[in-house]
Amino acid sequence: MSKNSPPTSRLSRRELIAGTLGAVAAAPLAAQQQAVETTRRPGRGPNELDQRSPFVTPRRDPSPTSSRTPLQDLQGTITPADLHFERHHGGVPEIDPDRYELLVHGMVDRPTVFTLADLKRFPAVSRICFLECSGNLRRGSAETLPQMVCGLTSQTEWTGVMLSTVLNEVGAHRGATWFLAEGQDAAVMTRSVPIDKAYDDAMIVYAQNGDALMPGNGYPARLLLPGWEGNASVKWLRRIELSDRSFMTREETSRYSEPVGEEGQIRQFSFVMDARSIITEPAYPTTLEPGWHEIRGLAWSGRGLITRVEVSVDGGANWDGAELQAPVLPKAHARFRHPWHWEGGTAEIMSRATDETGYVQPSWEALRTARGPRTRYHQNPVTSWTVGDDGRVLFGVERLRS
Amino acid sequence: MNATRTAAAGLTTGWLIAVAAQAGAQPAKPERFGLGRPATEAEIAVLDIDVGPDGAGLPIGQGRAGDGAPVWAQACAVCHGAAGEGGTAGPVVGRGQDRPTVGSYWPYATTLWDYINRAMPRNRPGTLTAHEVYGLVAWILAANEIIGEADVMDAETLPAVLMPARDQFVPDDRRGGPEVR
Ligand code: HEC
Repeated sequence: MSKNSPPTSRLSRRELIAGTLGAVAAAPLAAQQQAVETTRRPGRGPNELDQRSPFVTPRRDPSPTSSRTPLQDLQGTITPADLHFERHHGGVPEIDPDRYELLVHGMVDRPTVFTLADLKRFPAVSRICFLECSGNLRRGSAETLPQMVCGLTSQTEWTGVMLSTVLNEVGAHRGATWFLAEGQDAAVMTRSVPIDKAYDDAMIVYAQNGDALMPGNGYPARLLLPGWEGNASVKWLRRIELSDRSFMTREETSRYSEPVGEEGQIRQFSFVMDARSIITEPAYPTTLEPGWHEIRGLAWSGRGLITRVEVSVDGGANWDGAELQAPVLPKAHARFRHPWHWEGGTAEIMSRATDETGYVQPSWEALRTARGPRTRYHQNPVTSWTVGDDGRVLFGVERLRS
Repeated sequence: MNATRTAAAGLTTGWLIAVAAQAGAQPAKPERFGLGRPATEAEIAVLDIDVGPDGAGLPIGQGRAGDGAPVWAQACAVCHGAAGEGGTAGPVVGRGQDRPTVGSYWPYATTLWDYINRAMPRNRPGTLTAHEVYGLVAWILAANEIIGEADVMDAETLPAVLMPARDQFVPDDRRGGPEVR
C-alpha cells in the first residue's frame, strides 16, 4: 500500500479476508493479460536519462526547512541521490562550477585557492557512509511513517579528496586545533570542527553515488565528516580556516547543543551520532495479513560498526538476533532482516542496535533519565510499531511518551 | 627529481616509463601535488568574515541600543516581533529556560555579531553595514538586560560582555560503550 492511500476505514477481519480473496480471484486474469499484452507491441527505445516506472513514486517529505528520505520505500543501504534527505538554513544555492573556488587559509604556510578541477586532481577516495541530522526524531501521532519518524538520514557512496591531503598541500600548522568550515549558501553556514577529524577521516567530496553532488547536497563540493551530525558536514563549501580555538558560531552554541542534567548545563560539540535502528517494514500504513513476514530495517552508528541488531515482536519482553546483510561497513547504514510469522492478535515490533563500542540503543526513558527533560538533539531511542488485531500497523507512540 | 630522470630515460618509449613507474622509480606520493594557486590578502579579506569569541574579526564601527532600534523595527520586527518576542521566527529576547534565546542560552555576544552579519535579515542577508550590526547587537543585548541602553558596542566592548549562559556550556561527554549519556 502506498503512502498516498492510507487505509481510511477500519475493515473487520472478515471483510478484509473476503476482500483479499476477491482480489486474488481476479488477479491472475489481469496479470496474464498484461503478460501477453506487453509482448505484442515494441516498448520504448533507449533514452538519455532513465526515469522510474510510472508505478513507482517514492517521494521525499518536504517541510520549509528539510525534506525526509522515504525509508519505507527503500530496500538496500544506498539512498538514491534524488531521495537523499535535505536540511538547509538558507535554501539551496545555484553554483556555477566554473566559478567555484575553495579558500583554505588561517594557520597554514600557504593560503591557497582551489578550483573544482584542482580538487578533482588530488588522489580520490570513495567511501560509503550515512549522514544524519541530529534533530532526527518525530514523536507525533500513531499515523507516522518511518520517513517521518527518522527520515533525516540517508546513505551515499561519496567520492572526493581526503581533507588531510588538502591540509598537507597548504602546509597546515601543527598548532592548529580547530578549523572553520563555511558554506556559500544564504546562511553562510559555519561550523568549527576539531582538527583531529581532518586527520582521521574527513573528506571534501564532489560525487554522490558516482555522480556529481545533487544541489541540495552541496554541489559542487561539500565537507563530509563520517559518523558526525549532518550539520557539521558543511555544504557548498567555500572556505576552510585553521585556528587554535573554536569559533563559537551560532550553529554550535544556540543550536546543535542541548540542555543536559538538572543544573542547566548545555552540552556542546556533541558531534558523534550514537547507534540507532528503525524497522522500515512492516510499518504504518501497512495492514498485515496473517502468515510469514520479513521484518526489515536499518541500523547505524557514528562510532563504527554495527555488531548486532535485535528484534522483539512482543514489546521488548523477548529479543532475537536479526540477520545483518554483508558487507557491514563502519559509520554506515546496515540492513537487517528477521523472519516473523504473524498469527493474528496484537503485537509490538521493535529493533535495538548495538555497536562495536558496546553501546546499546537506549529506550526513551533511559535517554530522558540520562539527559533530563529538555534534551532536543541526538535522540536515538528504540522505537516500535504496534500491530492491531485487524493487522493495522501504527507507530508506537506510547514508547515515546513523557 | 627522481621522476624527471625516469621521464627522460623513458622518452624513447612510453613503455619504459610504465615499467619504471611499476618498479617504484617514481615516488608513490609526492610531498605536495602543486595544485591550487596562492590566495591574495585581498581575496581572503572578502571572504574572511567570521568573528571569534575573543573578538578577532570585529570591524571598525559602533552602536548603541538606540541606533539599533529603528533598524530592528524596519528589518527584523516583521519576523521576530516588535520587541524580539518572536513571530514567524523565534524570539531573540527572554531569560526563561523554556525557550533557548540570546538572554537564556547564548554563551558569547560576539556570536550575535557574526550571525546577524552573515545570515540576517533572512530575506536579504549580507546587506547590513557594520554600524547597523553593532546597533542591532546592542539593541538585542539591552532588550535582554545584559547591557544598558547607553552602552556602546564596538570591537573592544562587545567581546567583554559576559553572557548569562556562558558557564553552562560543557563539552560532550558521550564516549560510546554501555553507558547512556
Ligand atoms: C524573513 C524573516 C526574518 C527576518 C526579516 C529576520 N529574521 Fe532573524 N531569523 C529568521 C529565521 C527563520 C531564523 C532561524 C534561522 C535558522 O535556524 O536557520 C532567524 C534567526 C535569527 C537569530 C538567531 C536566534 C537564535 O536564538 O538562534 C537572530 C539573532 C536573528 N535572527 C536576528 C535577526 C535580526 C537582527 C534581523 C534584522 C536585521 C532579523 N533577524 C531579520 C527569520 C528572519
